[in-house]
Amino acid sequence: MKLDVVLRVVTKLMLPFMLVFAVYVQFHGDYGPGGGFQAGVIAAAALILYALMFGLTSAMRVVPTWLVEKMIPVGVMIYGGTGVVSMFLHENFLNYDALDHHHTVHAQEWGVFLVEVGVFVTVSSTMIAIFYAFGGRGR
Amino acid sequence: MISHHLPVLIVLVPLFGALLSALTSRGSVSWGIALIAMVTTLAATIGLLSEVLHDGVISYEIGGWAPPIGIEYRVDLANALVILIVSTIAAVIMPYARVSVAKEIVEDQQAWFYTMYQLCVAGLIGIAVTGDAFNAFVFLEVSSLATYTMIALGQSRRSLLSAYQYLIMGTIGATFYIIGVGLLLTITGTLNFVDLAARIAVTPYDRAMLTALAFITVGIGLKLALFPLHVWLPNAYAKAPSTGTALLASTATKVAVYLLIRMYFSVFGIDNIIGDFPVLELLLVLSIAAMFFASFVAVFERNVKRLLAYSSVAQVGYMILGLSMATSTALTGTLVHLANHALMKGAAFLAIGAVAYQLGSVSLEKMKGIGRVMPVTMGCFVVAGLSLIGVPGTVGFISKYYLVVAAFEKGWWWLAFMIVASSLIAVFYVGRVVEVAWFSEPDKKTSELKEAPLSLLLPTVVLAAACVFFGVDASLTAGLAEAAAKALFGGSL
Repeated sequence: MKLDVVLRVVTKLMLPFMLVFAVYVQFHGDYGPGGGFQAGVIAAAALILYALMFGLTSAMRVVPTWLVEKMIPVGVMIYGGTGVVSMFLHENFLNYDALDHHHTVHAQEWGVFLVEVGVFVTVSSTMIAIFYAFGGRGR
Repeated sequence: MISHHLPVLIVLVPLFGALLSALTSRGSVSWGIALIAMVTTLAATIGLLSEVLHDGVISYEIGGWAPPIGIEYRVDLANALVILIVSTIAAVIMPYARVSVAKEIVEDQQAWFYTMYQLCVAGLIGIAVTGDAFNAFVFLEVSSLATYTMIALGQSRRSLLSAYQYLIMGTIGATFYIIGVGLLLTITGTLNFVDLAARIAVTPYDRAMLTALAFITVGIGLKLALFPLHVWLPNAYAKAPSTGTALLASTATKVAVYLLIRMYFSVFGIDNIIGDFPVLELLLVLSIAAMFFASFVAVFERNVKRLLAYSSVAQVGYMILGLSMATSTALTGTLVHLANHALMKGAAFLAIGAVAYQLGSVSLEKMKGIGRVMPVTMGCFVVAGLSLIGVPGTVGFISKYYLVVAAFEKGWWWLAFMIVASSLIAVFYVGRVVEVAWFSEPDKKTSELKEAPLSLLLPTVVLAAACVFFGVDASLTAGLAEAAAKALFGGSL
């Protein structure tokens, strides 16, 4: 594909910043606006931008379809698994206090962090899966 | 330790089963996972039911946050009964699924089918178990989205269209429900069912409350296919894979009926609803219309799956009829019909699924003499059909008995007459299938067929036998329903 050199260079420049921003939003979710959902969308947007510029085939080399399809349930599993862990630690489902009985505030923070990781994985992979499904039509 | 977590486990087991099924790409492996998950869920449900019978209402705080701030799972007799229906049907169908799904769905999509099957079960059980209006909405969406996908996995291209139709209607229904819940939240400031009931009792019953009631009624009405909001149902049932149809027909509408009962009797309070605006009278008229109109359409339907789907719309009419009479006996009739209809429709759709498996078609013209070559399958269909009519000795009789008695108690002789009259229409649509299947000569193609394989027959026979067993000895189903109805009328949640 022949593309404008400006578009290609600017895209390549932007991609690392987009991914870092996704990580920033992910971790900043504890303190302000943000969290796994927003971060997942931003991360997926980075890949979608890459796919728009360099084609679906190269994007699928970076993140293959099978990986996307596995990541969707894995994210939910991280979320639900966090809840199940607290059940094994003698608390109710999703009670993060169980993660650290001495510092329950810390435990709550850890719990939310893990759950948000799960959200990130599922949301980003679902966005990519939807993009692949539409982009791959008629191929 | 496990017994404490049972209310959440019955949702978690199918959910994690669905996730594991999604991770495998082989149909047979994910079938195994689904089988284990469904049997475990059933075992957990039975444990939960015995706990409720022994200790009364169970409350479980999700995340350790006490209600009404946190989400509460609350199990009493009414939802224990509904959960038992869902998990029993889901487990009984599983042995059937393997062979039927292998034939109807391409290999690389089978794992997705089992994922959606389990997600749907998780969502339906979630609606029943939760004590939080918004959480119920989330589970409503979980089960609905899984259902749309399950329908779309059907064989024909029309499946996609049916799934899309249902998606539009289902989304409108869910949106209406959430608008109603949003209004309730603005009026009362809470989402917990118990807390809502307590606050509604001391709030003046004004127009905002009536609007909330209207939105919730129409929203759930769409989900349970109340006439005239039933248009999505026949196509959805006819085009879904046979296993999916059996699951949906015997569980999905039941859970929606339960949610409506919960809203009417436990949240709004039935005394509030019998106000200036004739809500119950409206439901009464619509349910009678459903009983007659849908049965009438079923008589002229040539596709047996669609015929049974229209019969479902009519049967939902009986359930709402019991609700709208708003007496303890009538509500018992509704609750027991939830269980009974699940058994008979499950048996009927499984039998027709077995015919589809052998014959490759479910249109009446091609089923000539099928009863002579597949006697067990069609025998089960006849039993299920007799239940649909309400012949004594089958479960259908038990439900209609309670409804007729309730009508007599109210002094509504005409209604008792109408219940019997609408049952007579069922004689015609069941009779048409029986006539074609048993009294016509098998044509060349049909006579070469054999009886369905054992794995298809066994679940069908189990459900058909249950139709007769609970028709003769209704102490379990009717006993549970009666106790649940009493509890709902006591206003206790």
